[in-house]
Amino acid sequence: MKKQPKPKLAFFDFTDCEGCQLQFANLGNALLELTELVDIVSFREIMSEGTDDYDIAFIEGSITTDNDVLRIKKIREKAKVLVTLGACATIAGVNGIKNRSSLEAAKRIVYGDKAGIINSIKAMPVHEVVKVDYVINGCPVYIPEVISVVKCLLMGKPYVVPNYPVCVECKMNENVCRYEKDQECLGPVTRAGCNSWCVNNGNRCYGCRGLVDKPASDAAKDILQKYGLKAEDILNSFTLYNDSMGEKYDQEFK
Amino acid sequence: MTKSSNKIDSKNVKVDVHYLTRVEGHGNIVVDVKEGKLTKCEFQVIESPRFFESMLVGRSIWEAQHLTSRICGICACGHSLASIKAAEDALGIKPSNEVVMLRKLLLYTEMLDSHVLHIYILVAPDLLGVKSILPLIKTHRPVIEMALRMKRMSDYAGEVLAGRHIHPISYVIGGLTQAPSREGLEKLYSLMLESRKDGEATVKIIKTLKFPQFTRPTQYMSLTSGDEYAMYDGDLMVNGEKSKVGDYRKLFMESVVDYSKAKISKINGKSYAVGSLSRFNNNFNKLHKKAKAAAAELGLKAPCYNPYLNTAAQLVEWVHCLEESITILEKILKGGLDEKKIVVSSWPKRSEAGKIKYKPNTGVGCVEVPRGSLFHEYTIDESAHITAANCVIPTNQNMGNLEDDMRKIVPELLGKKTQEEITLSLEMLARSYDPCISCATHLLDVKFV
Repeated sequence: MKKQPKPKLAFFDFTDCEGCQLQFANLGNALLELTELVDIVSFREIMSEGTDDYDIAFIEGSITTDNDVLRIKKIREKAKVLVTLGACATIAGVNGIKNRSSLEAAKRIVYGDKAGIINSIKAMPVHEVVKVDYVINGCPVYIPEVISVVKCLLMGKPYVVPNYPVCVECKMNENVCRYEKDQECLGPVTRAGCNSWCVNNGNRCYGCRGLVDKPASDAAKDILQKYGLKAEDILNSFTLYNDSMGEKYDQEFK
Repeated sequence: MTKSSNKIDSKNVKVDVHYLTRVEGHGNIVVDVKEGKLTKCEFQVIESPRFFESMLVGRSIWEAQHLTSRICGICACGHSLASIKAAEDALGIKPSNEVVMLRKLLLYTEMLDSHVLHIYILVAPDLLGVKSILPLIKTHRPVIEMALRMKRMSDYAGEVLAGRHIHPISYVIGGLTQAPSREGLEKLYSLMLESRKDGEATVKIIKTLKFPQFTRPTQYMSLTSGDEYAMYDGDLMVNGEKSKVGDYRKLFMESVVDYSKAKISKINGKSYAVGSLSRFNNNFNKLHKKAKAAAAELGLKAPCYNPYLNTAAQLVEWVHCLEESITILEKILKGGLDEKKIVVSSWPKRSEAGKIKYKPNTGVGCVEVPRGSLFHEYTIDESAHITAANCVIPTNQNMGNLEDDMRKIVPELLGKKTQEEITLSLEMLARSYDPCISCATHLLDVKFV
């Protein structure tokens, strides 16, 4: 078989905590295997050198300044494949919370009378600015899913993001339903793919992967019925993670 | 960089490091020397503003841990613990001794994780004259495999204790939503025992590397507590004087400067340092004996005034945290964990939502995280919703100190080093503080070159 040149992979971070890039550092030996399949050419968090010559761009973080908009457009021009890594890049993540209140008020709370020097625009997921080829949801990303997506993109196949609620995975994991425990949980309306990570560890689902495509029809209806809930009741608590699907959903109901 | 920069010019030097690499977040170093006079010396934080303090306002106190752990991917556990402690202080909740023990274990293992990342992945390439860890995969493969093994051990600790290290799941107000499994703790224990030899080997490697010679005594702040090398709680110590964590606003002042999005803090009108070297200088006597032995082997003595040696102090702390973690695990594996004293629900009951009246109050929480003392402060109303929040980040506290170091070192290097060498010295200096700019959430706009 003819040996093909390795694709060049670059990481870029915008507004975020950099935890999703760190999940790559936590791949351990799988990271060493990955470096045999691709050339990592730009990864500011761990490398001093950088280059404009790359094939695959992994984007972490939300777009929150005018400069971010210019930068992501330049990256899109150069990259053959663009992948969003994690909730901030995919659905604007917790950065989206600031969209819910006035930006001027937010600046004043954090920076006081120096608020005028801050440049910040609405927090946006990458797909609101440029075309995205693959998305990896989650806050943080779930390593088995990262590996699945990387495999798909190296083979040039599409990756199908689940469009069923976290409850499906949660039941397979035999967790006691949070509603049974008199707790609230966003599992019935949240997109699966994390293997119900938080509920497996005794907590509840906070909705970090965003909503299923159509919460009204795709939600876990059996759970809702059993506990006498409506999807819109649960959605009132969906305020930690921004999601444009949520905006659509609001329109659907209001 | 132009060719002329290779010539030594003792009068004019211009350093403009745009997007300092191998740090968390985005920062620039700008130094300008004209006719032998230092006219500009700035560490500019250019990360986009994050607004966490305003995001917290109006949210339930029960969400604060989940939200604030997202400030930082590296010290997500430290942010969680500072947040939980502030919330418990406001709510008047006292966790059991078992819970405190498990929190210390989580904090120690995060220290292990972050320090090994900084030592091997962020700093070692400078000392070996390469640009990143990637070429070292070929030239120093066994060492890199060892570093990844050490990283994997501490990452596994996060998995066993909290569900994951990045944005921990089970550590909440009052306790844990789930006790760690015995099977997981046993595996962690054996991984930690194996890690001892990797720690010893790392001391031998770091000992042979040459750190730049530079000294500038400053004010060192850290927690201090009884006989323990303080990480989880205690009083604040600076210049040999103690003060209560709740009085932190009286101790230091944070202010916004025009060229940077991070706030800068001062004590007695002067810059101060936090982090491994400060803890080492303030609490050296309380280190585990193996950590003291590692310090002796590395030639590190308290007080140490060379900021570049913060990396060596991190390694000493790595040895200390490993030994303390092993001690805690031995205690747990011998006596078992009483779930009744540990497991709590992450929220009040759904059926009681909105019915409980809380006492309006303010709470402060402080823990030592890899880069220094971290503070969270929340004010809550009758429904336990947050009405005001403040987060004080170690990197912000160190920025004034880093700039004062830069002001001393640049004239010392002038005429002796090329512009490129001065630039590298300054990059290494900034990196030695292990700055976490994503954490330093307070920023402004700087134009892109």
